[in-house]
Amino acid sequence: MLSYLFLGVIAAYLIGSVSALILNKKDRSCTYASFLSASIASILGIVFSFSVLSGKNFEFTAASDLPLTYGLFVDKLSAFFILVISITAFAVSIYSIGYVREYYGKKNIGYLGFLYNIFILSMILVVSANNVVMFLIVWELMSIISYLLVLFEHENKEARKAGFIYIVMTHIGTGFIILSLMILAGSSGSFNFNTFNAAAAALSPGLKDAVFIFALIGFGTKAGIVPLHIWLPYAHPAAPSNVSALMSGVMIKTAIFMLIRVFYDFLGADVAWWGMLVLILASVSALLGVLYALMEHDMKRLLAYHSVENIGIILIGVGVSMIFMASGHPTLAAFGLIAGLYHTINHAVFKSLLFMGAGSLVYATHTKNIEDYGGLIKKMPWTALFFLIGSISICALPPFNGFVSEWLIFQAQLSSIYLSDNITKMLILFSGAGLALTSALAAACFVKAFGVSFLALPRSEHARHSKEAPVPMLIGMGILSLMCIVLGVLPFYFIRIFDSISSPLVGVSVSSMINSDLSMATISAFPATISTAAIAVLVFVVIPLPVIMYLLLKRTPEPKYETWGCGQPISTGRNEYTATAFSKPFRMWFAGLFRPRREIQTTYSDSSFFKGGVRFESQIEPIFEKYLYDPIIWVVVNVSRFMRIIQTGYLQTYLLYILITLVISLIYVGSGG
Amino acid sequence: MISALVSVIFQIIIILALSPLLSGIIKKTKAFFQIRKGPSIFQPYYDVAKLLRKDSVISQNVSWIFHAAPIISFAAVMTAGLLIPIFITRLPLGFAGDLIAVVYLFALARFFTALASLDAGSSFGGMGGSREMFVAAMVEPALMLSIFAVALNVGSTNLSYISQTVSGLGIDALSPYQILAFVALFIIAIAETGRIPVDNPSTHLELTMIHEAMILEYSGKQLAIVELGAMVKQLLVFSLLANIFFPWGIASREAGIVTIVLALVVYIIKIFMIGIAMAVVETSTAKWRLFRLPDLLSISLMFSFLALVSFIIVKGG
Repeated sequence: MLSYLFLGVIAAYLIGSVSALILNKKDRSCTYASFLSASIASILGIVFSFSVLSGKNFEFTAASDLPLTYGLFVDKLSAFFILVISITAFAVSIYSIGYVREYYGKKNIGYLGFLYNIFILSMILVVSANNVVMFLIVWELMSIISYLLVLFEHENKEARKAGFIYIVMTHIGTGFIILSLMILAGSSGSFNFNTFNAAAAALSPGLKDAVFIFALIGFGTKAGIVPLHIWLPYAHPAAPSNVSALMSGVMIKTAIFMLIRVFYDFLGADVAWWGMLVLILASVSALLGVLYALMEHDMKRLLAYHSVENIGIILIGVGVSMIFMASGHPTLAAFGLIAGLYHTINHAVFKSLLFMGAGSLVYATHTKNIEDYGGLIKKMPWTALFFLIGSISICALPPFNGFVSEWLIFQAQLSSIYLSDNITKMLILFSGAGLALTSALAAACFVKAFGVSFLALPRSEHARHSKEAPVPMLIGMGILSLMCIVLGVLPFYFIRIFDSISSPLVGVSVSSMINSDLSMATISAFPATISTAAIAVLVFVVIPLPVIMYLLLKRTPEPKYETWGCGQPISTGRNEYTATAFSKPFRMWFAGLFRPRREIQTTYSDSSFFKGGVRFESQIEPIFEKYLYDPIIWVVVNVSRFMRIIQTGYLQTYLLYILITLVISLIYVGSGG
Repeated sequence: MISALVSVIFQIIIILALSPLLSGIIKKTKAFFQIRKGPSIFQPYYDVAKLLRKDSVISQNVSWIFHAAPIISFAAVMTAGLLIPIFITRLPLGFAGDLIAVVYLFALARFFTALASLDAGSSFGGMGGSREMFVAAMVEPALMLSIFAVALNVGSTNLSYISQTVSGLGIDALSPYQILAFVALFIIAIAETGRIPVDNPSTHLELTMIHEAMILEYSGKQLAIVELGAMVKQLLVFSLLANIFFPWGIASREAGIVTIVLALVVYIIKIFMIGIAMAVVETSTAKWRLFRLPDLLSISLMFSFLALVSFIIVKGG
């Protein structure tokens, strides 16, 4: 039964991709064929993952005489990630039916539909591969397909640059992944993942550390951990918005999946400094991600930086959990991991929602610059509502889903009191202060993003002539908005699922310690409860009701009048506070990090008493690119220049190289090496 | 069930009734130190009552956010009020949230107020919103560290549990880390309630105000809700200070009617003492420049840091 379901998932995505190619001359039918089959496939994926989550693991190995077999292995962890991918893919596929109209007549929809389906399929295979070779093949497939999607609007110079940075970074990452997995495979003598746990146990501590570090760098590149994140704010915004939603929402989660798999399943997470390193990197990523997001005025880049932030938050949960794991507190480790997993699905849901919202804005206004939006809530009321829900969720405000996972992380951090080492304890608690700062900055960022884009008056002609997005796009966003609320107010239901995922990894189940109102009273002596459902009812129903009733009953005239502008009428968007101005205090506060540079030029007309115009330019310095990557690039370029001597360009020379290599190899083998 | 409902409603009434009085007392104290007569301590009640009867002039640029924001902000603050023990540790809705939830409910209220500040399209609103979020972000790490210090000391983030435990400790509760955390939270309370040196609640100079700038476009009934919400928040922040650090006299769950009345009196005295202390701070300092505020809040961060470190060193875990 399960294998048929999985086959159905694969078949539906393949049908979607092939039919897209066949119908590529007819934009409309191609759209429906490819994206409807993608949504059917994702429904099958949801059913499949739920049946694994509530039942047995799914395993499939192809019979083969070769040492390299392909096979699938879906345990609860994989099933959870398939669920995350499928839920997001379902909403995004429906959204895409409307969104790709943007490209009708301009771009080949068949090509997009083909890549889109294969992309989702490759992500599902990444989380269900059962051996190194199969995994590397589908991982590479995912990277290359997403590279092609980043290049979909290749007529843009920016997209080409983004694609280049992405493909370079992702291959550096893959290199480290191969190193890490090959050490394990070398120890076990098999490529199969299920032998890796025993293999890791047999490794020397040094090699185990190497496996950990290589996996962290390799998968960290894909996840976007600072300082390996630099590709992310280029690549995610360059792709079409529906693909950005998938890349930021779920593709980077496949790296989280593998990190959890390697750290817990393969390595057993039993070294204390691993968790501390993950925690430090995660806190730095979260903080720097949100700080750069605050400075960003390209809507999609802003969201991409928030992905860096949220990957950080997820890994704070994982890092705390790893520390507990290594110090012999599996129960507490379970709480940390549950918090991390909870934030994983939350981020997938609200980030995809926000990217779809950004896509609607781009669709309606043809610009990504938030300084050119303004007043869109009146033109696009539904998009605005959905974007608002996404914003509240990502800012971790109650009663929405982001709050629940951050609350769980705070509680896991408080549990560090049970650790014996004071330094570790303080590290965890300070990461809590960092997380608090991160979420306050995120709130500031989304007041800026939502307020400047949607409220007050239009700031450009584009915004003035915008109109609401097509219905399929709204349905796609609506589904995920609903998910934000459901994940927010029914945490006890989801926590049970996450517990069933984490218990095989950490070795204990904590389901008996969670009450239905999300209290964890029995976790040693640490009683604390929240009930987001009660908060939701109080904040949105019980208390507003009498207030609204009073306002309606005592209704008095509400004359409309101009906004006060010191005597000058405010009739255009020119008087409004801009996003740049809004983020100014933060730019000043973190001037050491941003190194802001601004230039003001005043031009005068006629005489020096009449200003003709003022040109203002404000920039921040990309420190990672300037101080970390530029030197590396410099070294690489210079070494390459040296290497060019042997690259003559004559075929004969290359044949000679091959011959020499062959002879040397034969001598080596012949001498019994 | 009935008694739970009664105590919830009673708590709402007490909060709504006391918060304007607290504002009035702070204003009166400030007037006393400035050798003015000052308005009556009941003036905030008259103001709210008058505003509730007046027409609202609404900017023609605004959307539904502008109308919804005061209501949602008010509701978020009132919900927080139901999670904070005021004078009795029995909280029928206490299961719904802990100290962290209270902080985030305040953040929810702030989020909507800041959004509304941008809605009318004037620069003043945006300035206020931007500065409010700036101050909030500076406050947050110190706030979380002090919460951690308190929660670790007591063993929970649940507020009635904290009050009950600290109250039960008696004078022993005055440990160094508790005092350090109190100083940190007192500075945070100045920022959270928008008082000098962070913000000036009575300013009408557009360029210096924070909270007042955000609500510049509100008038009539909506302004009444916004003002009442701000006063309630002030009362709640003071209640947090009072009931986390010196909850002595708070009535326990099973207290009789006499104890409850006594607890209410003690509570009112405590709140007014904090209010008067706040007024003294306000009159004895000048408002700081916006970009000097990180210094002030770093001091608070240092105190909370020391609270946590000293706790870990003393208690060792």
